[in-house]
Amino acid sequence: MTDKQYDVIIIGAGVVGAMIARTLSRYKLDILLIEKDADVCMGASAANTAIVHAGYDPPPGSLKALMNVTGNRMWDTLAGELNFPFERRGDYVVAVGQEELPKLDELYQAGIKNGVPGMLMLGGDEVRRREPNINPEVSGALWASTGGICDPFAVVIAAAENAVVNGVTVMLETACQGFVIEGQRIVGVKTNRGTFRCRWAINAAGLYSDVVMHEAGLRPEFKITPRKGEYYVFDRAEITINNVLFPVPTKVSKGILVTTTVHGNTIIGPNAQDVEDKEDRAVTAAGLDEIWQGAVKLVPKLSLRQVIAVFAGLRPAGNGECTTPGVNYKHDFVIEIPQQVSGLVNLGGIESPGLTSSPAIAERVVELLKDAGEKLVEKRDWNPIRNARPRFRDLPREEQKLLIRNDPRYGRIVCRCESVTEGEIVAEIHAPVPVRTYDALKRRTWLGTGRCQGGFDTPRVVEILARELGVSPQEITKKGPGSQFLMRRTKAVEPEEARSVSQRQDRGGPNGEV
Amino acid sequence: MALKTKYDVIIIGSGPAGLAAAVAAKKEGAEDVLIVERDKELGGILLQCIHNGFGLETFKEDMPGPSYAQRFAQEALSLGVETLPDAMVLDVTSTRHLYAIGKWSGLVDLEARAIVLSMGCRERTRPQIRIPGTRPAGVYTAGTAQRFVNVEGWMPGKRFVILGSGDIGMIMARRLTFEGAKVERVLEIMPFLTGLTRNYVQCLLDYNIPLQLGHTVKRILGNHRVEAIEAVRVDAKWNPIPGTEEVIPCDTLLLSVGLTPENELSKKAGVLIDPVTGGPFVDEGMQTNVPGIFAAGNVVHVYDLVDWVTEAGYLAGRSAARFAIAERKRATGQVKLQAGDNVRYVVPQVMDREALAQSGQRLQMRVVKPIEEKVWVEIMDGQNLVARKGQRYARPGEMVTVDLPQKAYDAVQKADHLTVRVVKRGGE
Repeated sequence: MTDKQYDVIIIGAGVVGAMIARTLSRYKLDILLIEKDADVCMGASAANTAIVHAGYDPPPGSLKALMNVTGNRMWDTLAGELNFPFERRGDYVVAVGQEELPKLDELYQAGIKNGVPGMLMLGGDEVRRREPNINPEVSGALWASTGGICDPFAVVIAAAENAVVNGVTVMLETACQGFVIEGQRIVGVKTNRGTFRCRWAINAAGLYSDVVMHEAGLRPEFKITPRKGEYYVFDRAEITINNVLFPVPTKVSKGILVTTTVHGNTIIGPNAQDVEDKEDRAVTAAGLDEIWQGAVKLVPKLSLRQVIAVFAGLRPAGNGECTTPGVNYKHDFVIEIPQQVSGLVNLGGIESPGLTSSPAIAERVVELLKDAGEKLVEKRDWNPIRNARPRFRDLPREEQKLLIRNDPRYGRIVCRCESVTEGEIVAEIHAPVPVRTYDALKRRTWLGTGRCQGGFDTPRVVEILARELGVSPQEITKKGPGSQFLMRRTKAVEPEEARSVSQRQDRGGPNGEV
Repeated sequence: MALKTKYDVIIIGSGPAGLAAAVAAKKEGAEDVLIVERDKELGGILLQCIHNGFGLETFKEDMPGPSYAQRFAQEALSLGVETLPDAMVLDVTSTRHLYAIGKWSGLVDLEARAIVLSMGCRERTRPQIRIPGTRPAGVYTAGTAQRFVNVEGWMPGKRFVILGSGDIGMIMARRLTFEGAKVERVLEIMPFLTGLTRNYVQCLLDYNIPLQLGHTVKRILGNHRVEAIEAVRVDAKWNPIPGTEEVIPCDTLLLSVGLTPENELSKKAGVLIDPVTGGPFVDEGMQTNVPGIFAAGNVVHVYDLVDWVTEAGYLAGRSAARFAIAERKRATGQVKLQAGDNVRYVVPQVMDREALAQSGQRLQMRVVKPIEEKVWVEIMDGQNLVARKGQRYARPGEMVTVDLPQKAYDAVQKADHLTVRVVKRGGE
C-alpha cells in the first residue's frame, strides 16, 4: 500500500490515454498515467491503418461522427506542437464496377451531414489519372481532402512525452486490478504496484475498457469484442501509392484498403474477424489471403514478393448505444461521467476512428470534468511543444556531419536497412518516456522494420540496451516480461533438472562431453 | 591512418569476396585500395562461421571461417590495402562517389576509379515466407542466432525447431547441440535437401537430429516467447495437408529459408539487377552495367562454397584494378597549365606528361600588370616550385617565356596541374 495521492489516474496509455494526459497536463493537477504493458501504445493504437479519417463513415448523429470531424480539425496544430509525422494527403473511397457507385453517394451524403469539408465525387478517368496503379475497372471515387496519415506510435509517444515534461507521471507495467470505492465514490486504483489514491480515475483501457468499467460496477451489459484486422507491409519504393485508397465499406468495417505509411511503405489491410481473446494478435493464413484478395481488387499490381512484414491488430469494438434521439446505432463511443459512481470518467468502445478522435475526446473529457464541478486551473508554464529527436536518415548531409561531430554515436549505423544510428537509439532509451524493450525502440526509430526485419540489428540493439540500462543482455526483452531474447551464456551448464535423462541419452555421440 | 579522398579501387564489404578482391587488385597493380567494412573487424560473415570446411579448394586445407578470413586479411594488409572499419556506406553513385559514415571516421566522401561491390547477402525472414501466428520473441534467422552464439556468447534458446534445410540451419543445429540445447526437428518444405549433403551427414545424421522433408511451420504459438510451433506436411504445391498437423513444443524457431543478394547500394549506383539471381548483371570480368563498378560474391548470386566466392573476388579485383589503371592513365595523360598571380594566360594550356621525356618545353604568357623591378617567373605545383627564371621587369606589352626543363619530368608526373606566376623578387 502506498499513500501517494493523485488528482487524476488515467488507466491505459494508448492514444486516448496519452492524449488525455497531455491535455490535462495544462492544468494544475497531479496526474498518473498507468499502462499494463512495457511501453505506451501497445494495444489498439499500435496496430491499425494509421489513418486520420475525414469523417464520412460514422453514422450521422453519433458521438463517433462528432468526435471524428472535431478531432480531424485538430491534427495540424497537434502535429505542429508535438512534432510527429502527419500528412494530410486526402483519401479516396474507390468504387469498382457500376454496382458500387451508389454507395459512394451514400457516403458523400453522410459526410455532408457530419460536417466533413473538402469532399468531391470523381469519375473513373480522373481516378485513373491520379492513381496510375489503380485497378482500371474503377468506376469512380469519393475524394476527401481532409483525410491524412500519421505514425500512430509517434503520436502516442509524443503526447506521452509532452505530458511527462509537463509533470505527468507515467508508470509502465502497471495494471489496473480494481478500484478503491468509498461510498459511491472512486478514491483509488489498485494495481500490481500497490494502490494509488486519486480524486478522479479515467478509464482509457481500450480493449479492456469493459473489464475496467465492470470493476467500477458500471454497465454490466457493455462488452468489448476484439475485432482482429490483419495487414501486409511492402518494401518501400517497390510500389508507390500516393493516397489512401478505401474500397466501398461493408457493414462491419471500412474494408480492406491500400495505403501508404508516412515512412513510404505501402500497407494493405485490414480484414475484420471477431475474436474472444483480447491478446490474440496471431496472423492467420485465411486472414492474410482475405486481405490479399481485397487489396488486389484495388491495386492489381501488388506483388507478394515485396512483402516485408505482416501483423495483426485488435479493434476494441464496443456495444455502446448512441444517445442521440432518433439515431439507432449500437456501436458508439462511450464518453461519460456516470451517475452511479462518482470520481470516474468512463470511456469505452473507442475503436476506429479513435486515433483521429483522440484529441477531441481529450477535450471532451476536460469539458466533462468542468461540468462535474472540477476547478481546472491552467498552469502558467505549460509547454505545448515537444521537440522530435533527430532522425539521422532524414537529415541533409551537412547536418548529419554536425551530428556525428557532436556525438560520434550518430556515426554508427545499427540498423542498416533503415539507417538508424546508435546515437538515436541511446537518445530514445533516455527520453522522457524511457525505452526498455526492443519493440519500443523499433516503434520510435523504425529500426528492424526494413527488409532484413532485425536480422542485422538485433544482437547490436540487445547489447546497447543492456549497456545503457546497466543490466545483463539476458534481461533485455522484445516487448516486456517473458519475451527475453537470450536464455543463458554459451558454455554455461543448464540446471540438472532442466535436462531430462532421455534428452542426454538420445543426443549421445561426440557431444556427450558438453 | 588518414584517408585519401580518391582511390584506385574501393571495395565495399570485407567478407571473402571483398578480401580476395583487395588482394587481387593490389597484385594487379592498383596503387590505393580501400576496403570499407561496417563491422569493427575484417572478415564479414566468416567471423561467425566458426565451423570448419573453409579453404578446401583455395588452400587445400580444412579451416574454420575466422582463420580463412584472417589469412586473407593479413595478406591484404601486408600488401598495403587500406581499411575503413566500423563504417557504413550509405550511398554510391554511378560516377563512383561513395558516401560513408562511421563512429570514428565521421562522414566521409570518397571517390574511386573503380568500385567492387561485395556486400554479400541477407537472410530471408519470417514475413517473406508469411508464417502465420503470433509475433513473440524467439524467432530468429539462423545467421542472427549464429552471431549470438558464436560472437556474442549467448544462447538464444533451449529447445529449437529449425525451418529450412539450408546450410546455415544445419550447421546451427549441430552448433546448438554442442552447446547443450535440444534441436527438436529440422523441417524442409521442399521434397529434397536444400543445403549440402555433407552438412546433412555431419550436422544432422551424426547427432540424431530428425529432418522432415515436405514439412513446414503452419503457425507459431506463444504471446511473449515462442511456446510451440505447429508443423504440417505439405502437398506438391506447398499447401498444408489438413490432418497432418503436429504441435512441437519449443522456445525458439530458427529460419534457414534462403538468402537474398544485398543490392540496395548497387541500385543506388544505377546497377541493373537480374530478377532471377537478385544480383547485378555482370560480364566476364564481373563488371556491372555501370562502367567501373564491379561485383563479386553473394552480392551477385548465392554461392554454396566460400572458395568459389574467393575466386569471384579475385576476378573482380583484377578487373577493377585494370579499369582503375586505365582510368588513371587516361585521366592523367595530360597536365593542365594554368595562369597564376599576375599572369593572364599560358600557352600551351595543356601538355602531355610524357613531353618532357623528349625535350624541355617552353611556356609563353602575358602578364596582367607591369612590374618595374626584378621578378621571378615561377612554375608551381601547388606550393612546390618546379622551375623558375628571373627577369629584370615584366610588362603586359611584352610576351614572357619560361622553360620547363627535362629534369622536371618527375615533378610533372605527380602534379594534377601546374600554375605559372610572375612575382617580385624583393626580399631576397
